Amino acid sequence: MAAILAVLEQRNGEVKRVSHEVLSAARSLADGMGVEVHALVIGPGGTNVDGLGAFGADKVLVAADDSLQLYQAHRYAYIAASAAGDCSAVLIAGTSMGRDLGPRIAARMGAPYFNDVKSLEGSGEISITRPMYSGKAIATVKITASPCVLSVPPNAFAPVEAGKAGAVEEVAVPEAVEPARATTVNVKEPETAVLDVSESAIVVSGGRGIKEESDFKVVEELAAALNGAVGASRAVVDNGWRSHSEQVGQTGKTVSPNLYIALGISGAIQHLAGMRGSKVIVAVNKDPDAPIFKVADYGIVGDVMEVAPRLTEEVKKLSEG
Amino acid sequence: MKIAVCVKRVPDTEARIKVGGDGKSIEESGVKFVLNPFDEYAVEEALKLKEAAGGGEIVVISLGTDANQETMRTALAMGADKGILLKAEVTAPDSLAVAKALAAELKAGEYDLVLFGKLAVDDGCHAVGPMVAELMELPCVSSISSLEIADGKGTAEREIEGGIEVVEFSLPAILTTEKGLNEPRYPALKGIMMAKKKPLETKEVTLEGSGVELTALAYPPERKEGRIVGEGPDAVPALVDALKNEAKVL
Repeated sequence: MAAILAVLEQRNGEVKRVSHEVLSAARSLADGMGVEVHALVIGPGGTNVDGLGAFGADKVLVAADDSLQLYQAHRYAYIAASAAGDCSAVLIAGTSMGRDLGPRIAARMGAPYFNDVKSLEGSGEISITRPMYSGKAIATVKITASPCVLSVPPNAFAPVEAGKAGAVEEVAVPEAVEPARATTVNVKEPETAVLDVSESAIVVSGGRGIKEESDFKVVEELAAALNGAVGASRAVVDNGWRSHSEQVGQTGKTVSPNLYIALGISGAIQHLAGMRGSKVIVAVNKDPDAPIFKVADYGIVGDVMEVAPRLTEEVKKLSEG
Repeated sequence: MKIAVCVKRVPDTEARIKVGGDGKSIEESGVKFVLNPFDEYAVEEALKLKEAAGGGEIVVISLGTDANQETMRTALAMGADKGILLKAEVTAPDSLAVAKALAAELKAGEYDLVLFGKLAVDDGCHAVGPMVAELMELPCVSSISSLEIADGKGTAEREIEGGIEVVEFSLPAILTTEKGLNEPRYPALKGIMMAKKKPLETKEVTLEGSGVELTALAYPPERKEGRIVGEGPDAVPALVDALKNEAKVL
């Protein structure tokens, strides 16, 4: 029977946590079909692939070469599509790499592709659910073609210990695919590492309820105390206070962290679309009728500038205590 | 430079989405349709490149029904030169089918650069640009937030988790645009008047479905009703307690 291929992602030679989630999603699909999970890791020589069996890989295919340290789209797509062979499905994480690589693999294989897959099941045909209109609706899609390529968003599938063999097998790295016409030459990293809003388990977002750019520090401080990422509403990004990479909503990122704290965000429909999939939502807003309270699990009616610092203080106490 | 910009007609992001009677599509009446917001960045970037070069041609390509003409006129009003409507009924989101149809048209057009928005805000698929690139064997950088082009070569930046990837490529190439790349202009009245006279060609295409069927469209599950913990900073301890002991997220 044809295996499920999980295309994993490394950064600086270490497999990312989100890849464990992909393995677990692949495992659950494979168990339903009675087939194996093959993991594929593309990266530099010496990439650490230990322990992937524990997350459900029966076999680990490694394409290692120092020229593959950074994401090289065309070469990665070629390697992944070759490794997919007669697999019945290819799974990948919905990261910036996966969102670019997934469709490329699919096009090379002539296979349908869906991103943002929130659930998947099936033994012959695969049935998936995924958001449409940025989460204002959920579509169920039946995929009658095989193979298919599916990308799963971060935090949608919990990593599950599965205790498989995870036998490592080197795969040949082809010479540079001709014509090599696009090359990632560099990754610029900020001096201090920032957590990405779409990957973080905790997100603290600020909105229009924060009146001055300098006051946004209350959001940063709470995020830091919680070891979470900073998010922002569209209004704040359009003001130029925060980078677009932090925007949550329909023209920003769709997030589904374990905890989402909305500070001074009223809850415009396009913001709600981007965060309503969060597991627990906390809202702080001085308007008790703000739409954000309709989706919040817990709310505090009050001024962000008073509530947020107090919350930061209490969270610190908790982690110290 | 000859630039193609592929655009999509989508419901406005402010629109409330109502599931239609068939349970598979949305109720379109009363919904305002617009040029996909991410495609606006693609149109703007094409205009900037043409202005910087002092010449060239910008062709707007869209796949869909006659209703797409209005959307295409928005891009023409911004300053694009002409439009090609690939007329087809698209039911389920089928990125590969759309990519194949676009690739066939784009191949015939011999463009130096093809621009897409990074995703369409209706199906959110994020796929057609890179798919077309693989089908056409062209270099492609997706979700770009910065672009420089000179002497048949380009450098683009794309945001990744905790960093920015810098990609060099040669033309012809395919790029998909992210918010932040530029500030799209509003069509001026003169542009809107001129757009009405710009050529807009229609070609019938047949999509080759790739084996997917949308079987149901539903509203997201209602979130269970939350509660207001209290007012002002004095409510914070109760909130922290609830997050720790009830929701167990701290």
